[in-house]
Amino acid sequence: MTELLIRNACVIDPLNDICGEVMDIAVRDGKIVESVGSGAEVIDAGGSLTMPGGIDSHTHICGTKVNFGRYMSPEDMRAGRTARRGHMHSTSGYSVPTTYGTSYRYSAMGYTTALEGAMAPLEARHTHEEFTHTPLQDMMANTLFDGNWPIMQAIHDGDIRRAAAIVGWTLSAVKGFAIKLTNPGGTEAWGWGKDVASIRDPVPHFEVTPAEIIRAMIEANEMLNLPHSVHLHCNCLGKPGNHQCTLETFDLVPNANNKRQSLYATHVQFHSYGGSSWRDICSRSEEICRAINSKPQIVIDMGQVMFGKTTTMTADGPMEFNLYRLYHNKWSNHDVELETGSGIIPVYYSRKNLVNSIMWSIGLELALLTDNPWQCILSTDNPNGAPFVKYPEIMALLMSKRYRNEIFGTVHPDTEHNVPLAAIDRELTWNDIAIMTRGAPAKALGIEDLGKGHLGEGADADIAIYPININETDPATSAEEVIRAFGQTDYTIKRGRVVCRQGTCMVDGKNTTIWVDPHISENYSMDHDPEFAKNFDRYYTVRMSNYPVQEEYIRRNLCIETEAQL
Amino acid sequence: MKINDVVCPFCGCLCDDLEITVEHNRIVAVDNGCTLANAKFMSKEQLASPIRRTGEGWENISYDEAIQYTVDMLLDADRPLLYGWSGTHGEAQCIGVHVSELVGGIIDSTTSVCHGPSILAIQEVGHPGCTLGRVKNRADVVIYWGCNPLEAHPRHMSRYTTYADGYFLQNAFRERKVIVVDVRETETARVADEFIRIKEGGDYAVLSALRAIVRGKGDVVPESVAGVSRSQLERIVTLCKDAKFGAIFFGLGLTMTRGKYKNVRNAIELVDELSRHTKFTITPMRGHWNVYGSNEVFTWMTGYPYAIDFCRGIAFYNPGETSAIDLLARKECDACLIIGSDPGAHFPRGCVEHLAEIPTVVIDPVPTMTTALADVQIPVAVSGIDADGTAYRMDGVPIRVRKVIEPTLPNDREVLKSIHAKMKEAKGQ
Repeated sequence: MTELLIRNACVIDPLNDICGEVMDIAVRDGKIVESVGSGAEVIDAGGSLTMPGGIDSHTHICGTKVNFGRYMSPEDMRAGRTARRGHMHSTSGYSVPTTYGTSYRYSAMGYTTALEGAMAPLEARHTHEEFTHTPLQDMMANTLFDGNWPIMQAIHDGDIRRAAAIVGWTLSAVKGFAIKLTNPGGTEAWGWGKDVASIRDPVPHFEVTPAEIIRAMIEANEMLNLPHSVHLHCNCLGKPGNHQCTLETFDLVPNANNKRQSLYATHVQFHSYGGSSWRDICSRSEEICRAINSKPQIVIDMGQVMFGKTTTMTADGPMEFNLYRLYHNKWSNHDVELETGSGIIPVYYSRKNLVNSIMWSIGLELALLTDNPWQCILSTDNPNGAPFVKYPEIMALLMSKRYRNEIFGTVHPDTEHNVPLAAIDRELTWNDIAIMTRGAPAKALGIEDLGKGHLGEGADADIAIYPININETDPATSAEEVIRAFGQTDYTIKRGRVVCRQGTCMVDGKNTTIWVDPHISENYSMDHDPEFAKNFDRYYTVRMSNYPVQEEYIRRNLCIETEAQL
Repeated sequence: MKINDVVCPFCGCLCDDLEITVEHNRIVAVDNGCTLANAKFMSKEQLASPIRRTGEGWENISYDEAIQYTVDMLLDADRPLLYGWSGTHGEAQCIGVHVSELVGGIIDSTTSVCHGPSILAIQEVGHPGCTLGRVKNRADVVIYWGCNPLEAHPRHMSRYTTYADGYFLQNAFRERKVIVVDVRETETARVADEFIRIKEGGDYAVLSALRAIVRGKGDVVPESVAGVSRSQLERIVTLCKDAKFGAIFFGLGLTMTRGKYKNVRNAIELVDELSRHTKFTITPMRGHWNVYGSNEVFTWMTGYPYAIDFCRGIAFYNPGETSAIDLLARKECDACLIIGSDPGAHFPRGCVEHLAEIPTVVIDPVPTMTTALADVQIPVAVSGIDADGTAYRMDGVPIRVRKVIEPTLPNDREVLKSIHAKMKEAKGQ
């Protein structure tokens, strides 16, 4: 039995309605408890801000395309190197750090849980291998279903139950966590070098539309009783005028679950553009937020862009090729048979560039114009909008109008004619930031009942203590202090153990992989479906028996078993 | 007992549909495999015990002694090289990286003598690729450039391209056009619809000519380029542009001839040009079954795919300086651990001579040419036969190779784990 007592913690724990109360937190064997004995190890927080460990509900840090981002970018690897020290392995990389680099830097910022945003089922083993080497965060994997042949076939045949059964079989086989749709239908069209132009544009050959895929997957998601909702990267990413597509997509979403949202729309910044070309692109964040404010069934994350170098990587193959034709630097693409695609290019977001300045502004607007912070999660779509190490700066921008104005003064001068940012006075509170980085992602992912994202009794003792006193610091006037404090915890505690102390990781660590296993009746089991098996072995290049991810890849894991209505 | 869907640990195709018959813990038959697979599964040459060179020959030693020798050798070295890795599974490669980091050594895989130049090209211009199933189901034009799959990857054409059934092709064999580019008429060239025979060292020029024609600047192309007529080049470009899905596969005939990584860069840029007209992809024909795994593992662990030097604590990558051949040619390294490859059979003479001079340990199931240079050899179970683990196919698809018979020897990761543990102990960690 190990016990820990954190004294004098100034706690913000939105899921338990605790906001700035100075209290003690007791921990036994990795869980929060009512009290501990006198022999417990004591940490005196000295009134410092203490929150549940951060949760990133959309980040690209492990798997085939992430690793290809490293592989093709020695220049990025050189831009972030640390030597082996104590328990810490050497690390490389700035926008796409090595797995240890990612893990240590997240941990230093108080993040203890992360969802990998896109895993191709065929390459799931790779993602899980990298999870093993990301030791200080519990991990989950969004699993890609945007261009899945048997699912599109089932949707075409009007058989949503079959589509759900295939999703369930696949999630369980690849140890995935949730349904991810990236440019649904578009990644299959990209197999012919094409894309879909709207949610009503049918996918070549399969004759289903993105709208049909999205609706069917939302329905299937609820049939499977999955903890998370459908996680959607909308069609038409990055195209001027795409707010129309986004709004139409939001209109498809029923209120199908009373515990959480029915759709998680990711990196909405990239989907909130007005105009018809790069010449007249503008922000449509107000309309997008109006829709979100009237639809509690939708939760978004920002996809904030920050100025500087980064690497873009997504399953959205056609989008990356379009982006490449703008940047002309280097381009990788990796289509995955029967399932999805992906693309990677490095980018530089410049404050002197009008389009980039508008993008920067839109992300902030989304967070400031969404009334309910539970509906807008802080993200950069790491590393697409910026590397996650920029989060503290984003927090400061959201909390301080003064700091926002200061940066706004440095961006392209025409920006103000194209965005509403300058007219927004809202400043987010400490509590808002805690919601956007802890409570809301835990609730949106459906893992708060597993003890994630809060500090109630029985919760996992994942705790971040930041070196800042919120009663003495006015974030509206102290941006620098906010950035410094959120950049490095005094203590990051994972499962009751101090894993990171002022930026130095103290343990080797061993994470937990969280995955789902929907129980499906025999009638709908793909293991006994001759047609599924026949087509599998005929069109994949891996045998069906070699496809599932073996137990060896998820040594410490938490399986969420659900009862599917199938 | 028959075991189905066994993965073949020979080449980068990682065929996973073999049927192995096992009797009394011995493999007695292999079905579906190519001749290379048969030879590997049926091989009976495994060493039974670690061996150490004596004045007169070899003596058997225990695993503990062999592991201790390796630990002492690595800890005593100033510039240790840990080389090979393509013939072992990912889990062992991971430990290899930890060991290299711990001793401040250099870790390199056979990549630096095969597709290293391809990676350098990719690092300049990227890589538009796809999984092999994307090709199988869609491609109506397949180009093999500087490679001879019928002999080096015998089932590549039947599983993934020419002879494979494809979802979008009614009669795949008739509908697909196969183009082979090579300096000699290989077995593969004989089955091609179109054979482009180029003069040795002419790849770069031919690729440039093709790019010019794709861009509509064919008038600058001379009548003949490296022995290839302009009319043939124009015909090829028309075939490519008319394709619905084209796929280029390339081998060492492109990476290791004059121009090296510039050739590969030019080929990638041709694919880039063609992608503006239709769908096109390019894939290196990786040789060893898990050479691509070594690149993947090294990349997520260190940031770089091969030739990584830890001597300054950080991971440092500079192929040409930190690659195995260069280190050995400069006689810089003073100890070498070799695993999952046979440099004794492939390296230049000077490098092999240096290997013979310095303390060298080989971890390998069978006696190889490298055994002749080694001081100690530690036999291990064969990954994919009596040891399981992760491998990455030439297109990046990870597949778990299986254990089909019970091992009598420890496997690579077990041996490396002991080495790593003893080294940490010695360093007081």
